[in-house]
Amino acid sequence: MDEKLPPPSPGEQAQRLEEERVTRRTFLMNVGIGLNALVTLALAAPVVAYLFGPVLRRKEYRSWVSLGDASVFRPGETTLVTFRNPFSDPWDGDTAKVPAYVRCAEPGNYTVFAINCAHLGCPVRWFSESQLFMCPCHGGVYYADGSRASGPPERGLFTYESKIDEGKLMINAGQLPTLRNRASAGPCPGADAPKVQALVTRIETCPSTESSGTSASTIG
Amino acid sequence: MPEYRKLWYKRLYDWLERRLQLEGPIKEAVLHPVPKSTASWWYVFGSASLVLLILQVVTGILLGLVYTPSAANAWNSLQILNHDLPLGWFLRAMHGWGSDFMVAVVLIHMAQVFLFGAYKFPREFTWILGVFMLLMTLGMAFTGQVLRFDQDAYWGLGIGASIVGRIPLVGGQLVHMMLGGPIINGATLTRFFALHVFIIPGTLLAFTGLHVWMVLKLGINEWPMPGRIVRRETYIQEYNELAHTDGIPFVPGAVWKDLVFSAAVIFAVAFCAAMFGPYGPKGYPDPTIINTVPKPDFFFLWIYTVLSYLPPEMETPFILIAPIVAVLILVALPLVAGVGEKSWWRRPVAVFSVMFIAICFGVFTHLGTYTPWSPQMNAWSGAVVPVQYLERRTPLERQGANVLQEKQCRNCHSIGGLGGMRGPALDDVATRLTEDQLIRQVLLGGGNMPAYGSALSPAETTALVRFLTTLRPHYRPAANDASRQVVGQAGSVPPNSTVEHGGGQTAVH
Repeated sequence: MDEKLPPPSPGEQAQRLEEERVTRRTFLMNVGIGLNALVTLALAAPVVAYLFGPVLRRKEYRSWVSLGDASVFRPGETTLVTFRNPFSDPWDGDTAKVPAYVRCAEPGNYTVFAINCAHLGCPVRWFSESQLFMCPCHGGVYYADGSRASGPPERGLFTYESKIDEGKLMINAGQLPTLRNRASAGPCPGADAPKVQALVTRIETCPSTESSGTSASTIG
Repeated sequence: MPEYRKLWYKRLYDWLERRLQLEGPIKEAVLHPVPKSTASWWYVFGSASLVLLILQVVTGILLGLVYTPSAANAWNSLQILNHDLPLGWFLRAMHGWGSDFMVAVVLIHMAQVFLFGAYKFPREFTWILGVFMLLMTLGMAFTGQVLRFDQDAYWGLGIGASIVGRIPLVGGQLVHMMLGGPIINGATLTRFFALHVFIIPGTLLAFTGLHVWMVLKLGINEWPMPGRIVRRETYIQEYNELAHTDGIPFVPGAVWKDLVFSAAVIFAVAFCAAMFGPYGPKGYPDPTIINTVPKPDFFFLWIYTVLSYLPPEMETPFILIAPIVAVLILVALPLVAGVGEKSWWRRPVAVFSVMFIAICFGVFTHLGTYTPWSPQMNAWSGAVVPVQYLERRTPLERQGANVLQEKQCRNCHSIGGLGGMRGPALDDVATRLTEDQLIRQVLLGGGNMPAYGSALSPAETTALVRFLTTLRPHYRPAANDASRQVVGQAGSVPPNSTVEHGGGQTAVH
């Protein structure tokens, strides 16, 4: 059984050599592609981290901001205040300023509302005569205590967590309040109650309301 | 002709052509035969969109020479463009009007392609790319509105962030991703600047290249004839026969209409720019100026309307799901309906869909121009009570008119055509509600009305309701509560009354 195969013809030899050569070149090309893929991956990590920077820094955004002397907010009144966002850049200009409403329902009891309508973030306006907040965009209306009165909002106004520190009214602020980024870090009143899970939540109970508006009247 | 006897520019051309070798492909592209029927005025919107895109790129680059993408200075740099730089206002106006025209022409192009069945085999992917190009065109319009960085832009970003914030689980992270930080500020503007100037236009131009490439490779859609069915097996052959037997070269046979229409569109843009000028910038983007009524640009007004009219419980699901479904439908359209009839005469559903969408767009946009759902913030101090509603009224009733003004009722309710349209007009309210019903409505609210129980003293309520009971035309009776009559007779229904018989059609004596 030592029958030998005939040697390859010169043409076949050339063809085999050609195949071998191409294989080696293809291999080197694949190495090149692989190297580029590695370099791209190595570059992608910092690029993605750079792009997600604003998300990765979320924890830093909120801090306590002073709204000034608490005693200037008189009981029964709702006042428009302005503060500088604690997290801002020099080139932000006036966009670093944030307005808010301070409501003093009774002496020592302050509620600070975000200016942004809970519907889609437009600036609500306070009407002291009718004791209502009205939104110019889509017609959301809130009572003086921030609870929803009518229109498309599905909850009351966003509130900032607040405290009195050495006579100053402080709020925990720093980010644009939206339905997922609450203005307040603390749980809203009534949040302890077990929530009914529904596919579609109708109207959130936060901030819960004991009474709507104040009885303070401006005429008569 | 010997080389040296040629004119210098012909020699230059030959020199370049020997190196570039572009003449062949270009000649092939411009001289390729197209069916004679496509040389139609209906087929000019695609090329006009391309010309408008080029106009936007050119005017955009020119504006970029001056515009400052910084939150502190963007608004000021637009003021400089508008007022200080010679013809800066005209370039801003060209870019702004060019944007409006581009969205409009792209939408018309899309409707035409849809109605002519041009998205069917083998042009499915041309349509799918076109869908994304439409989305990018709208994205350019929105980000361009942001770069104007006035109060509309600022609060428009707030609306965008609020919508993003409704996304489950990752909404909060996405808001910070979109804004580039915790609030709307300089980082937000630079993000949208990069989107508007680099990312979206770069992608849009690449997609446009592919889109046009496919139009050249697959041929311009023939004029649809009822009964000429698209079949995958035979279409290419049929199209080639049509193009070669009844065809003309694209240049100049069909292109002259494209050229004329494009010139007309550019002239229209320039005319509007010169006549109406640049749009904005409106109020200075200081978020503490809250006396503002933000409004989106024209092509987003319909969304503004939809967002106002959606019931609260439907809103989040709708605004998160509807856009995805809409895009999926558009992308799936050529894959689902890729063969069959092209002619609108045989596609009634297609025709009615376009009509329905056009009518919805028109109605919603029209509503968005005067926003009947928004309270009119200045009506309570600005809109007068018509004199005839105060004549021959008692002092108490006139005091009620005062309460009506003071308590901002007019922000939502109109009288004599002045005031908000959020609630019903009060000119004939006394024909609809009795005094008792008015008191109940004012104190407890209901429908879409806030309760005023805690904002009104009893005296104010009495005065207000007394005034409201006078508001009816003299020829119409005051509202009356039928149940009160029954109560007045100690609960006994009068015999033989219509109430007892359950009818109201026959007179009972």
